[in-house]
Amino acid sequence: MFWDFQWTWEVMPDLLQGLKVTVQATLLGYLIALVLGLGVAMLRRVPVLGTLVHAVMEFIRTTPLLVQLVFVFALVPSTVTALTVGIVVLGVHYSAYTAEVYRSGIEGVAKGQWEAARALSLPAYRTWGAVVLPQAIRKVIPALGNYLIAMFKDTPLLLAITVTELLAMAQRVGNDEFRIVEAYTVVGFLFLLVSIPSAFIIRRLERRYAAV
Amino acid sequence: MEFLIERLPLYLEGAWVTVQLTAGGIALAFVLAMFFGILGTRSGRFPRAVSTVYVEVFRGIAALVIMFWMAYALPIATGFQLEGRFAAILAVGLNLGAYGAEVVRGAINAVPRAQVEATVALNMSWSQRMRLVVLPQAWAQMLPTFGNLSIELMKATAVVYLIGVADLTAVAQQMRQGTGETVLAFMGALVLYYLIAQVMILGIRLLERRANRRLGRIPSDGGGLLGLLRPPTPAAGGGK
Repeated sequence: MFWDFQWTWEVMPDLLQGLKVTVQATLLGYLIALVLGLGVAMLRRVPVLGTLVHAVMEFIRTTPLLVQLVFVFALVPSTVTALTVGIVVLGVHYSAYTAEVYRSGIEGVAKGQWEAARALSLPAYRTWGAVVLPQAIRKVIPALGNYLIAMFKDTPLLLAITVTELLAMAQRVGNDEFRIVEAYTVVGFLFLLVSIPSAFIIRRLERRYAAV
Repeated sequence: MEFLIERLPLYLEGAWVTVQLTAGGIALAFVLAMFFGILGTRSGRFPRAVSTVYVEVFRGIAALVIMFWMAYALPIATGFQLEGRFAAILAVGLNLGAYGAEVVRGAINAVPRAQVEATVALNMSWSQRMRLVVLPQAWAQMLPTFGNLSIELMKATAVVYLIGVADLTAVAQQMRQGTGETVLAFMGALVLYYLIAQVMILGIRLLERRANRRLGRIPSDGGGLLGLLRPPTPAAGGGK
């Protein structure tokens, strides 16, 4: 029989260690994507600068994440760890997506709301913070959640820049013992184990907050 | 600049591989999306379950993991060695096909109920209803998201260099290792990827305009070629 259960069981701690790195990179990268994406979406309303930012984001969005990762990793000095590069590039890449999501949310806020804020002569930070964003973000929560799952599934790309995440770990332990079928199959299952429940949670969120 | 012009033929060769992988992946993803998407709208429990399993499994696993599995695990488990490009097309096609199936299912379900009831009143068969009434309307709705997914697929093909296929990314890597010009080597590849994506976006807009025209939603002269440079409707979110 080509499937070795005992071996699978023995390497499980290593694989879970890899999964931990994957989850860590996903969460930290997502944090960057959430904050930066919002910043970009707000900047886009500024006349000239907004167009410029949009063009840059469009370029980031239509070119492969893998190439961006390898590119940036080759540029930064070797004192920066691969994981840091991975998290930042992942976050910036996905901020190009979250910015579009935020934008659709912001555009969905009724014009009267802006006018009311103006009529009350609210300062800019109150207009955004107390009027526009609370309404805009609420509607896009499910869409933002989808990008968390998408990001999780893009983290294996980090193996290209020597981060030992789940897939790279499987590659390592699988090659050591020449048990490649087990290693990669388990990785597939671990991915499903995380992404199917998350998809379920997103669907719950969708029902709770009105979708855009 | 001279650096890139000298090496342009190599880059174009890599870009051509990327285009081929993209075309193959889109063809496979499209067929899978249509098949499993339509299956997901049937009333029977079994067809719906098959569709759900396909979608959840291949949407839940990263394309890179699927590709590694096909390139490295499959030969050991079954004895069949897939050609690198073929494994890549299968991996991205299966992955994006799962996203596409959800889009097809959603678009078919969004066709107004009265349209379906009318086909029942006219005593149309299921295939007539799909072909003549439901799909042409759903098609117009699927297209924008299909466009985003096609771009995702094109970007996803970059991972093939990790299993040793000489695509655009692989060319950039060789250039960097051969010359040490990191910025130029990668910018060349990134710009080509960007151009491929822009051509794809234009193509999708052309298809969108045609679909809407056939449904009588926009006038038949519709805006001219320049009109294609602007999105027809406020672009909806990203692909994923």
